[in-house]
Amino acid sequence: MVWETVRLSLRSIRRNVLRSFLTLLGIVIGVAAVIAMLTIGSGTTEKVKADISKLGSNLLVVRSGRPAGPGGPGGLDQVVRPLAEKDLAALVAHLSGARAISPASQKQVRVIFGTESLTSGVTGTDSAYLDARDWKLVSGRPFSDSETRSGTGVCLIGETVRQQFFGAGDPEGEIIRVNRTSCKIIGLLEPKGYTGFGQDQDNVVLMPLHAYQRRIAGNRDIDNIYIAADDRTPTSELQPRVEDILRDARRMTPDRESDFAIRDMTQIADAMASATTTMTGMLGAVAGVSLLVGGIGIMNIMLVSVTERTREIGIRLAIGAHEKHILIQFLVEATVLSLLGGIIGILIGLALAGLASVTLTIPFAPSPAVILLAVGFSALIGMVFGFFPALRGARLDPIDALRHE
Amino acid sequence: MAAGAPLITFDKVWKSYGQGEAKVHALAGVDLAIRRGEFVAIMGPSGSGKSTAMNIIGCLDTPTAGTYSFMSVDAGRLDRNRRAMLRNLYVGFVFQGYNLLARTTAAENVELPLIYRGVASRERRDLAMQALAQVGLVGREHHTPAELSGGQQQRVAIARAIVTRPTLLVADEPTGNLDTARTHEIMELLTKLNKELGLTVTMVTHEADVADYAGRTIRFLDGHVASDSMNVEVA
Repeated sequence: MVWETVRLSLRSIRRNVLRSFLTLLGIVIGVAAVIAMLTIGSGTTEKVKADISKLGSNLLVVRSGRPAGPGGPGGLDQVVRPLAEKDLAALVAHLSGARAISPASQKQVRVIFGTESLTSGVTGTDSAYLDARDWKLVSGRPFSDSETRSGTGVCLIGETVRQQFFGAGDPEGEIIRVNRTSCKIIGLLEPKGYTGFGQDQDNVVLMPLHAYQRRIAGNRDIDNIYIAADDRTPTSELQPRVEDILRDARRMTPDRESDFAIRDMTQIADAMASATTTMTGMLGAVAGVSLLVGGIGIMNIMLVSVTERTREIGIRLAIGAHEKHILIQFLVEATVLSLLGGIIGILIGLALAGLASVTLTIPFAPSPAVILLAVGFSALIGMVFGFFPALRGARLDPIDALRHE
Repeated sequence: MAAGAPLITFDKVWKSYGQGEAKVHALAGVDLAIRRGEFVAIMGPSGSGKSTAMNIIGCLDTPTAGTYSFMSVDAGRLDRNRRAMLRNLYVGFVFQGYNLLARTTAAENVELPLIYRGVASRERRDLAMQALAQVGLVGREHHTPAELSGGQQQRVAIARAIVTRPTLLVADEPTGNLDTARTHEIMELLTKLNKELGLTVTMVTHEADVADYAGRTIRFLDGHVASDSMNVEVA
């Protein structure tokens, strides 16, 4: 009986191909929009997470200055005291649970080789930096401890810098000019691509901290200290320890607020991801409204269908169909119609998301749960919006229905 | 059911429409009995109440007052779904305009009442073929109504009416849309079914020569039975 009814409804859908298609369109667009939005959204979330983990997972970044808070910028007594070598030394000596601790000072500087030049992110750091950031060398070697200590003019370059100056050639041993100083390339960093914010992570030059301070920054400051937690220690546990050690090293009395900020990259990653998720949800909800419109389209066409087939309903009632048979017939028809729309919509939505994932270089992340939900929801729309017209058909008086022209 | 008990009994049946001043009595206290195996022609001018009487006989409608018994069941007091069940089990309908489902093959049209009876598809197909054979339409089972002539369409409708082996066939001007030759073919078919299957036939018509095929003619006028006579020639 049920199969019979499904076949019947498929036939009546086929009979009015154009009309059925136009009716479906509402549901198709709605479902396609929801699926595309949610799939692109979850791809973006994954991309953001991956980008942030590229910055280094389980990473704390300390910088001078107060943490931005509701108090806003402080008064005169809060002249920013930069981080210094002794702060780093205190962390290295006392902090447990860290895999790597590394200073970093950064500046955008013009880098020149021959007649070519490039503005590049130049970082002064030490040999632990690669470990802290989880960066790798494609070739060459990191700074030796003696090079770090003495501030020798050596540097590691990123892929973008290499391409600018050497094409596909081997840069090792070449001398480039950074600002007004020269340094010898000793290694090439592994390419990391762009971040989700469009920043080229390969347009970098690393040099020993002391070389950077003396020849480029002209001071003894440390901008950031990167602290990578070891595998057993969550960053949330490491953070208070870092704070205690630094307050101690900077001789801060308990009544004063810390004049440095510790950023937890894991937290930032989570915050970014949840922001993207919220965004995705909102877009999905907007797309969901079009499903409602699609549902009203289904209701409309089912009412037309019931009116058009009044005589047919009369015949069926006369030869012994019960109310429920007619009700089920039209309900199934509406459900099959919107389910069909849902399935077409899912395919189109996935295709759109696939296209977007190629053009936006985000992962293609279709969610089986979302797809199942879309199938269920489109069937539900058919049932809900098909019910009223179906009931109207089922309640017809067979005599009136048979007389209907 | 007692032997010889009438299949259909009208006991002071009234059917009224409207309210107060505008109240119209389509049937005004009709008494009537039809036995099993009869072939009855119901005649009368439009507005005489014959169609209303037919709707009540076919369990499509219920009286406003009085009792309508069908197979000794008080069919006038049954709800929609129970009357639908009675129709499905015991009544076959043939209409003036054939009322076949468009774009649906002859066989599928004939199967339709069996679907609502819950008959399995293979058995449905067999029964439909038998019914189509009884009306002389072998070889046309896969044609849709649009591919059939009026007479053939009415044969399909008759096959659909008899496929459930009903007790009663209700025919509403079955030849109203047909030419003379086709009319006689259809009437001969109905006569044959009445004789060979013992099918009780009630038929509304306004053509005297069509009514002549029946064994009994009931004439309605202004909601009353004006005359009720046996047709001697055929009987």
